[in-house]
Amino acid sequence: MSVNLLEAENLQLWRGDRHVLKGVGFGLGKGECLQVTGTNGAGKTTLLRTLCGLMVPEEGRVLCEGRDIRADLPAFHSSLMYLGHEPPLKADLTARENLHYWIGVRRRLAAAGLDAALARVGAGAWCERLVRTLSAGQKRRVALAGLALMFAPLWLLDEPTTNLDAEGQQVVGALMAEQLARGGAIVVATHQQLPGTVRAARVLELAS
Amino acid sequence: MMADMRWTWFHRLASPPYLYGLATRLTPWFAWPAALLILGGFYAGLALAPPDYQQGEGFRIIYVHVPTAWMSLMVYVTMGVAAGVGLIWRMKVAHAVAASCAPIGASFTVAALVTGSLWGKPMWGTWWVWDPRLTSELILLFLYLGFMGLRAGFDDTQRADRAGALLAIVGLVNVPIIHYSVIWWNSLHQAPSVLRFGKPTIPGAMLAPLLILLLGFTLFFAAVLLVRVRAEILQRERAARWIGEALGT
Amino acid sequence: MSITGLPAGVGSSLDAAPSLAYGAGPAPVLAAARLALSRDLTLAFRKRGQLLQPLAFFALITLLFPLAVSPELSRLRGIAPGVLWVAAMLASLLALEFLFRDDAHDGTLEQYALSGQSLTWLLFAKTVAHWLLTGLPLALMAPFAAMSLGVPASAVPGIVLIMVVGTIALSLIGAIGAALTLGMKRSGALLALLTLPLSLPVLIYGARATELAIAGNSYVAPLQLLAALLVLAVTLAPLAAASAVRISLE
Repeated sequence: MSVNLLEAENLQLWRGDRHVLKGVGFGLGKGECLQVTGTNGAGKTTLLRTLCGLMVPEEGRVLCEGRDIRADLPAFHSSLMYLGHEPPLKADLTARENLHYWIGVRRRLAAAGLDAALARVGAGAWCERLVRTLSAGQKRRVALAGLALMFAPLWLLDEPTTNLDAEGQQVVGALMAEQLARGGAIVVATHQQLPGTVRAARVLELAS
Repeated sequence: MMADMRWTWFHRLASPPYLYGLATRLTPWFAWPAALLILGGFYAGLALAPPDYQQGEGFRIIYVHVPTAWMSLMVYVTMGVAAGVGLIWRMKVAHAVAASCAPIGASFTVAALVTGSLWGKPMWGTWWVWDPRLTSELILLFLYLGFMGLRAGFDDTQRADRAGALLAIVGLVNVPIIHYSVIWWNSLHQAPSVLRFGKPTIPGAMLAPLLILLLGFTLFFAAVLLVRVRAEILQRERAARWIGEALGT
Repeated sequence: MSITGLPAGVGSSLDAAPSLAYGAGPAPVLAAARLALSRDLTLAFRKRGQLLQPLAFFALITLLFPLAVSPELSRLRGIAPGVLWVAAMLASLLALEFLFRDDAHDGTLEQYALSGQSLTWLLFAKTVAHWLLTGLPLALMAPFAAMSLGVPASAVPGIVLIMVVGTIALSLIGAIGAALTLGMKRSGALLALLTLPLSLPVLIYGARATELAIAGNSYVAPLQLLAALLVLAVTLAPLAAASAVRISLE
């Protein structure tokens, strides 16, 4: 029985007086996708941030390949990619420059790789424009290019299909399918249906 | 086994109801001795000790100034240590202790500044001088105000706790640096010694009441801290179930 | 366990995908820090206008003193060290608000914290970039302000050197306060309340060194103490700032 890529054990977390995570637990193996659903304010983002290690639960722990992530957070972080609600892009840089800095801090990059990733998400035509001139959907696509470029084994995505048209959603679906096919794992928080052919191995519903 | 027993004590202290109960029980044990020592010390200092040959009766204010100045620093150290414990071991009650310390320490600092000023007036004719001790006390006051201001700026208690704790630790590390720098600065512009807060050589009869008062003020701080910690715990845990039993409702 | 089967098209010129096993290497820390530095510099040059604000503030404060005190250069020379340093500290405070604010707002800081790289190094790089954009220009402008206050030109090299050392220390110390107050609206006064007491030793040694430099005497002793403070700040301040940033992300 192989060890799960990501495992959560009885996560309990309070924000002030609110009991946000009430004993969340799951195991996620290689090639599996976990979908986290729930109404607004149910704690989807909180759960994702706890899985990242940004938030510390009062009880319970998160394990990566059987080891507590807190034992070696930097190594855990270098193997994951977290995309929050807003794409982490600088308005005064071009899409290409954004990727160069954002992913370059984490991995050694080559120009050809950058171009290929941008082409992959359909950004080839406008990748030299400043991000402040791009639409919300285009910004989302640039963030997806970062995802494609990074090759992290674990993806934590918060509403990845926001602002995307049908074509954009197909790109997300393709990227996710490839990630799962090569043995990576995805935790995606969304109350929409997963794009493309991606099917969740399990669904976690958070109640507020 | 012994190590386990020691750590159990430490971890039990982290439980709010346990600390609340402990604080309630311990308060009179600190409060009454504190009252006795302070009253006794004041009597000894104000009535019994002989007047200083240089400063006359005016020197007696050191019986308030020195203990409050000492306490202002000791409370800051306590606050910093509690903050460190809270930050490293994620103990919420430690943050409650640190938060409770701050207003007490700030009050001691203000008292030290006021009494220092009162001490100086008859000696130099001015209400304020920039001597190293008073200047350090003033800077310490700003450190306290910064801590309380930072905490007040966050609605989220957890963020206020942790940010404040980091500030308290940074401040604690800085206190010796600031103190040394102020002494250095003051020594450059050596005012005539009559303007300096010379430590008068304190003969035994004067020293004893001072020590009694130091101990008394320390116990006083402990008692007031315990009362404040109880209030702080009540406020933080107001939604918890054990509160009803503890308050007898 | 490594991840096999890289899709065609995106990958031939990339490094092999890192395995999930602990200890798999991220990009080297210094390269990452250099990228963080160059990103901040690039961004600042695209919004060039903002760079002038702290400088204008510095000049304005310097202008206040002759108007408030006296136009006599001999009197101004006496208070010049104090004026220069107070103006530098206040201008530096003004600039500090921009150190982390944009990054915290658009999620870049969060990505730094999740990058697997040392957040301490990344924030140190950001602080250095910030100093290059605000502190260094202040130090270079100081001679002009000084001479307008009656300081002889012979003192200028000394003043620049002292200011350079001091402003780096101020930026590093200020980064702690800036990180602690992240996310607060209108944190200007609180930032000042937090940063100024911690910066007082820098002020004391810097102003004394400047005073000696203006008088034409040797300023080595206070400069050494200032440099010692700088070393302490370089080693400890980015650590504290990184902790503060992580606290703000919780």
